[in-house]
Amino acid sequence: MLEFAEGNRASIVTVENLVKRFGHFTALNDVNLTVAVGEKIVLCGPSGSGKSTLIRCINHIEKHDAGRIVVDGIELSDRMTDVNGVRREVGMVFQSFNLFPHLSVVENCMLAPMKVRGLSRTDAHERAIGLLRKVRIHDQANKYPGQLSGGQQQRVAIARALCMQPKIMLFDEPTSALDPEMVKEVLDTMVELAKDGMTMVCVTHEMGFAREIADRVVFMDRGSIVEEADPETFFRAPRTERARDFLGQIIH
Amino acid sequence: MVGLVLGTCLALVQHFEVPVLGKLVRGYVALMRSIPLILVLFWFFFLVPIVLGHLGGSGRPVPIGATWTAFITFGLFEAAYYSEIIRVGLRAVNRGQFEACQALALSTFDTYRAVILPQVLRVASPIILSQTIILFQDTSLVYVLSLTDLLGAASKLAQLNGRLVEMYLVIAVVYLAISSAASQCVASLRKRYAIAGLRR
Ligand SMILES: Nc1ncnc2c1ncn2[C@@H]1O[C@H](COP(=O)(O)OP(=O)(O)OP(=O)(O)O)[C@@H](O)[C@H]1O
Ligand SMILES: [Mg+2]
Repeated sequence: MLEFAEGNRASIVTVENLVKRFGHFTALNDVNLTVAVGEKIVLCGPSGSGKSTLIRCINHIEKHDAGRIVVDGIELSDRMTDVNGVRREVGMVFQSFNLFPHLSVVENCMLAPMKVRGLSRTDAHERAIGLLRKVRIHDQANKYPGQLSGGQQQRVAIARALCMQPKIMLFDEPTSALDPEMVKEVLDTMVELAKDGMTMVCVTHEMGFAREIADRVVFMDRGSIVEEADPETFFRAPRTERARDFLGQIIH
Repeated sequence: MVGLVLGTCLALVQHFEVPVLGKLVRGYVALMRSIPLILVLFWFFFLVPIVLGHLGGSGRPVPIGATWTAFITFGLFEAAYYSEIIRVGLRAVNRGQFEACQALALSTFDTYRAVILPQVLRVASPIILSQTIILFQDTSLVYVLSLTDLLGAASKLAQLNGRLVEMYLVIAVVYLAISSAASQCVASLRKRYAIAGLRR
């Protein structure tokens, strides 16, 4: 492996000159981003600006067309033989939860640790219950996803990702499919996770959350990173016109 | 059963868009679905022995026997129907389910075995069972190979003792009983799958 052979020793993700196209449409154009170990990044921008595409490239759910992505010392490419070696270390939480509806909550959390990490049933169960407790939903462990509220399902999804003990967590608008009264319980869980020192990249428009935990806000528009700053600076005095427009729209 | 397993394989081949093979499978399924079962039975009974004979080099037909013909034909025929059911079921699974599996680093094999196929089978089980009921009724077609199924047995008996009407009535009742038992099964499966919280 190329582990730590190049670049900053303390960075877990390095994206260089990334280009991603869908047919003739360029979704990402020359994107550069470095995520340091322990860093929390909030990614925002208007709809269609490429936020989802960027984080989906980081765990190779989308394949990029040009540029480099190095995750945990391993470069992602079409020729790589072991994508799952990278994906093991990268947890992801989706807007639409994507829990497995035919498995109970605890089984959702046990599946990957058993199949991928090779944990025994007992160990996987213990780990799952521990993390479900952490997201305060262990009392629902034997229910099915369809029997839970959206906020509960999203917390299960977070626990499921954490059960793989990832080195970094990616969130793609984890609260935007939720009813307003459930947003807080999910954000609280994420804040707690941040305070435990997890490395996080979150696509979200929850500015209160960004203020509280982000080390850096990255603003994207039309497939490029337009502005990067600490949250205080970004919200108080955005440098670019586009960021000002965007902030005007989401705060109204 | 054989049909179901084979059908699932056929559906997966199409789903993965395996080059060439995928097209072949599609053609096979279309062919099987457009010709009547009885024709397939005949083909198998008369043509395959000849083909086998040629392959064997002797040029003389190798008979495969009526029972085997029936088994193989039903297996192949049903596989085409089941594969359609499974294929549609696969397409109905949300893309997010595949992505969640990718994000969890599950292998393709585990993805299908533990996550995708269980959902497809659950959703498709009522249709699969209905198809199986039809298959059961179709078994009466094997009389063309002078094999004896339920109906065949009855008509032989009827001719022996001359009580045609009664015999056919009894048989109708037996078919009805088995089919409705299976339908009951379908209904209870539907109910169970509702309890699993799979509304959406
Ligand atoms: N699979 C795809 N095929 C074709 N075009 C796509 C695909 N996925 C995304 N796009 C396009 O790429 C662009 C960026 O999409 P992306 O989902 O990354 O935006 P986003 O910033 O996450 O927006 P949103 O806030 O709406 O989620 C959009 O214009 C979208 O239409
Ligand atoms: Mg998005």
